[in-house]
Parts: sequence; C-alpha cells; structure tokens
Amino acid sequence: MEHFNIFIKAVFIENMIFAYFLGMCSYLAISKTVKSAVGLGLAVTFVLTISVPVCYLLEKYVLKAGALQWLSDDYKSVDLSFLSFIMFIATIASIVQLVEMIVEKFAPALYTSLGIFLPLIAVNCSILGGALFMQEREYASLGEATVFALGSGVGWFLAIVALAAIREKLRYSNVPAPLRGLGITFILTGLMAIAFMSFMGISI
Amino acid sequence: MSKETIAVPAKPKKEKEPLFSPKNKRLLFDPLNDNNPITVQVLGICSALAVTVKMKPSIVMALAVMVVCAFSNVIISFIRNIIPNRIRIIVQLTVVAAMVIIVDQFLKAFVFDVSKQLSVFVGLIITNCIIMGRLEAFAMSNKPWPSFLDGMGNGFGYGLILVIVSMIRELFGSGELMGFRVIPESIYKMGYFNNSLVIMPPMALIIVGILIWIQRSRNKKLIESK
Repeated sequence: MEHFNIFIKAVFIENMIFAYFLGMCSYLAISKTVKSAVGLGLAVTFVLTISVPVCYLLEKYVLKAGALQWLSDDYKSVDLSFLSFIMFIATIASIVQLVEMIVEKFAPALYTSLGIFLPLIAVNCSILGGALFMQEREYASLGEATVFALGSGVGWFLAIVALAAIREKLRYSNVPAPLRGLGITFILTGLMAIAFMSFMGISI
Repeated sequence: MSKETIAVPAKPKKEKEPLFSPKNKRLLFDPLNDNNPITVQVLGICSALAVTVKMKPSIVMALAVMVVCAFSNVIISFIRNIIPNRIRIIVQLTVVAAMVIIVDQFLKAFVFDVSKQLSVFVGLIITNCIIMGRLEAFAMSNKPWPSFLDGMGNGFGYGLILVIVSMIRELFGSGELMGFRVIPESIYKMGYFNNSLVIMPPMALIIVGILIWIQRSRNKKLIESK
C-alpha cells in the first residue's frame, strides 16, 4: 500500500512539472504535436525508471556517510556525499547514451522524430531532479525509490501529452500577437497546475 | 531550442581588441532584453520558477548561476580545442558539475539557511539548460574573454527575471521585500489580505507568461509568427 501511495503522490500531488517545474525546457519545446510529446514522455519515463534506482544503489552503498562500511570497518567514517552531483549526472548521462543507442537501433522513426532532444534528456532537469529528490527524501527501500521514479515519469508524461493536445487545438484560436507561442503556453501550464492542485492532500 | 542571434565570426587576424569593445558590450547586455535566456531563448525555466517565492533565495540562486555560467564558459573555452567531439557533452557536464559542487559547498558554509531553502535546486544548476546551451552554442567556438562576458550576461539576464518574479510574488504573497515588511499594518486593518495564491507554484508560471506578454508587446520583433 505504501508503494501505491508513493506512486499516486508522485503522479498527481508532487507532479514534476506542475509542482516543481522540472524538465520545463523540453516540456515547452517539444509539446507542439501529440506524437512527439508521447515519444519524449515515454523516453523520460524510461530513463527515470532506470536511472533513479541505480542512483539509489550508488547513494546507499557508496556515497552516504558510512555507506562504505560493507568494505571494511576502516571506512566507517568516510562521507562521500559531496560527490553525489557528479556521480549522479555521470550515471544519468551514460544511461541516456545507452537509451539513445537502443532507440536508434530498434525504433529509427522515433529516433528521427525526437531529433536533438534525445541526447538532451541527459540535461533534462526532471531526471537529475528525481535522483536528488530520492536522496533528499531518503526512501526506505529500492522498491520505493523505483515506484517514485516511475510515478514521476508517468506524471511528466501526462503533463506533456495534455499540453500538446491543448496546443494542437490552440492553433485554431485567435491569441493576441505578443502572447502567441511561448506566453500563452506558460499561462496554460499555470492554469493546468492550478487544476492539479485540487489533488492536494489525497492519500490512500 | 535556442534562437541564436549573436553569431560572432572568428577573428581573421591577431589584433589587439579593447576589453570592452562594442561587440563585447553587446555580449554582456543583449541577454538582458533582446536575447533574454528565459523569456526569449526559453532556457533554464526549471529552476527559475521554483525558487522565486522569496527574494533572498532567488538572488542567491541568480548569483550562483551567474558564477557557474561564467566560469564554466571560461574553462570550456580554454580546453575547447582538445575536447573530442563525440564525448563533449560528458566533458561539459563534468566541468559544470565540478563548478556546482564548489558553489554548493560555499553556500552550505556561508549561507546555510538559504542553501536549505534552495534544497535540490542548487544541484539542478548542473542541468540548467542556460549553462549547457551557452557552452554548446558559444564557449565551444569562442575565446575565453568573450565567453566569460557571454556567461556573465546570460547569468545576469536570468537573474533579472528571477528578481522581478520573486519581487512580485513576495510583495503580493507575504507583503514583504527581502524579509522586511513593506505593506503597513494599517492597510491590513482596513481589510487587505495577502494573496496566498501568488505563493503557490502555478502563479509563477502565469507571472512569467505575463512578463513575456509585456516584453513582446514592447519589443515587436520578438513576436512569434503563427
């Protein structure tokens, strides 16, 4: 039950985009059509679900204060947590590289439609954000961390697909010229975030 | 993603150029308005919105981004000719991550309470698209000094929006500026309330949207075509 609760919380209440604004850059840039939004959303979910558990293991067995104790008692006082940024980003960058190679091999159409944005997932804040939130909230087990990552990914996916759908319709409406494009997208996201605020406080 | 308008051609000959030539000045001041990283290039929004509830953390954040952006630009610009093209993203990330670790340790040592408020967002400077974008678009093909100015300018443009948004949110959300009360007690007695919606995350997006609206209606050439 605890796992399910974490999942729901990550999807709706602490949604990566609407509550923390993580991954906004690609969220705004790729949300012009639903098709590419779905592709990017899936890619982000996939990378998050793989990289956050890996970072969890790193954190637990290498980086945390006293984490190296499993080597020998001499390392009891070692605290490498200041290295966590560099370790996490290296892990994420290499996982992204791997995903890129897999997608290029098995789904070339998706690869061409995602274009430059696949390598940019490495610098998508939501991935590193997921890893850092995992570190800050100190999840109790690998399972909880994985569920959290999956939930955050699904939340991100929902948000980008919803926005892309709205923007496709928006093309037919008469928006004031200075607000066209970026401005209205910001305001739309804000309104969607207000809608998502109604989920606040739900727990199962 | 980034709409490049500053394209500085490689200089043909070795001629002495003054430190603040018009071209360099443009590098420094263009990002404030015409080429603002947040409202025009749409970079680095992720962290910009989350830290703007109060002015103090957002000023600290702006300074941190400025420092990281300028110095990682310089470092990458120094080693740009020896970076193998295939692994350049990882090299850039490593340089930026090292800079961010320094800044993070510095913040923890000297302004611990602000560092606690910023929580994960200091770490997220690593993936701040402004920094990666400038490294990729500018530092990889320019000399150290212009790169430094470019980094400073972009950090400054980012900071400007951050300060404006946080000023609006702090003033209307809690009636304070920099932690000092500016709206006097008597107005509250007359029935004025703090607008608690402004503190909520969604309003940050709407405020930035409105800022973009204002900027584009004043600066017609930024309007997007349909």
